[in-house]
Amino acid sequence: MSANGAGGERRTLAPFGRRRLRVAERHEVGAYVVVEAADPDGPAPRPGQFYMLAAAERWGGGEDERPFLPRAFSVLRVADGRLQFMLEDVGPGTARLSELQAGDGLWVTGPLGLGFAAPADDRRALLCGGGVGTAPLAIWQDELLAAGLPAPALLGFRDAAHAEGAALLANPRVATDDGSAGEHHGLVTDLLAAELDADPHATVYACGPPPMLEAVRALCAARGVPAQLALEAGMACGFGACFGCVVPTRDGGYVRLCVDGPVLDAAALAEVPGH
Amino acid sequence: MNAVSFCGLDLAHPIVNGSGTFDAIAARRAFGDALLERFPFSAFVSKTITLKPRDGNAPPRLYETPAGMINSIGLPNKGLDGYLAHDLPELARLPVPLITNVMGATAAEIAALVEAVDARPEIDAVELNVSCPNVKTGLDIGADPAELGSVVARVRPLTAKPLIVKLTPNASDVPAAAQAAEAAGADAVSLINTLRAYAPHPRSPGTPWLGGGTGGLSGPAIRAVALAQVRAVAQRVSIPIVGMGGVQTGRHAAQLLDAGATLVAVGTESFRDPAAGTRIQHELHHLFAKSGNIVNRCADV
Repeated sequence: MSANGAGGERRTLAPFGRRRLRVAERHEVGAYVVVEAADPDGPAPRPGQFYMLAAAERWGGGEDERPFLPRAFSVLRVADGRLQFMLEDVGPGTARLSELQAGDGLWVTGPLGLGFAAPADDRRALLCGGGVGTAPLAIWQDELLAAGLPAPALLGFRDAAHAEGAALLANPRVATDDGSAGEHHGLVTDLLAAELDADPHATVYACGPPPMLEAVRALCAARGVPAQLALEAGMACGFGACFGCVVPTRDGGYVRLCVDGPVLDAAALAEVPGH
Repeated sequence: MNAVSFCGLDLAHPIVNGSGTFDAIAARRAFGDALLERFPFSAFVSKTITLKPRDGNAPPRLYETPAGMINSIGLPNKGLDGYLAHDLPELARLPVPLITNVMGATAAEIAALVEAVDARPEIDAVELNVSCPNVKTGLDIGADPAELGSVVARVRPLTAKPLIVKLTPNASDVPAAAQAAEAAGADAVSLINTLRAYAPHPRSPGTPWLGGGTGGLSGPAIRAVALAQVRAVAQRVSIPIVGMGGVQTGRHAAQLLDAGATLVAVGTESFRDPAAGTRIQHELHHLFAKSGNIVNRCADV
């Protein structure tokens, strides 16, 4: 742990091999589903780390016989020995995971990857999330607050149904694309720019869709503000085997998000891919 | 245990990894020493090493298919010098023999790779990836039995280590290629590599999804093809075979052994579970215990 009690090691080692957990609870939060799985023997993840998930039954056999590969999800938080994941049904994998019910089996491998690092130079943490990218910010905010550090959060959502996901964090400021909820009709990055213009002595922690992350990267770079971005990419394995989840770096070449991320220093990127 | 002798290597069991499907160095970062204590393979096959470093293909690199996936990774690696200097010392600490997979675009390149690998005592065997297009013809070196035979004959005298030729399945006559490799002095063949495949862009009809244009199909979708090709090759060569393609269970491994393989490689299934090799080995062990046939056939090799 760092001196201020938050951050510390960015990686908790995963037990070798996937393990079968039991879904303890499923509930809906607006347009999202939160699935909780009891993980009595698993280690505590670091904020920003992720797990590879696959339903133990009926994984495969959907349209086009998918899903086949497990899917990567940042952990939302851990409470009472349960891993919580925030899901949105956007494809065959998330559709199957979203319909899991209490008692169902869930294969997990993790925690994997590198999580967030504590703010340096007495900078304040500023959390910025978009949509389902809210998830890793919740566990990170928990840790920052527990260490007695302020952890203000700015969250952007499509509409009011999605904005209900804001309840997963403490005291967030909310923007919606359609203005149907929250204080701001527009982009969460509008709120971020205003915050940084008022006080740039911050470290920004962001997770969300690529266009949002690219906007965060650009406006932080323009203001000399350090940013840590939790990225996403199609991933077959999650532990460095498949080389599928690469993103190009500023100095040429690629890094694998699964072992060198998913949290990357924004300065390492010329731009966020796929924006 | 189901110990097996393969080209002079004594292996604890018949399950190895397919080249490029398991990065033991990255896995150690994720899982720590538990990886070494419970290493899932009886020998470790490196990803393909080329003379010069390669970044690999532009993303996207993956596409999920019915019962499988297409990859277009593009053989990223540190190059021969980077491999020997940085990766080999770490791979040498694995608790199993090390097989290094190499690929070159010309016979001279392949010869340079084999000579360099031969000089390193940490490496127990060499596997040639011959799914590389010939610069002049555009055809995979391994797809043309005559060219394959000439390449293998050129490099065979350069090493006393076991020489395995990883055959390409994208050829009109795979058994002929296997025969050519055997005649030129290969100690073993391994098959099947991935099947060439195409993924359409979901939102841009007529354009490819994968950054590399086409890729290689793997997973259970190709298991029946693997069985056919291993069986056909086994009927034409007497050198041992490393069989692979869509193996998910001990039963699948036993089917490849039954088709004539001596070792079975696990690839895509390790993506779904990093410890899949261990599970498959245990399932195979229980099948062995029940069936004397498979045990005897393995013992004969």
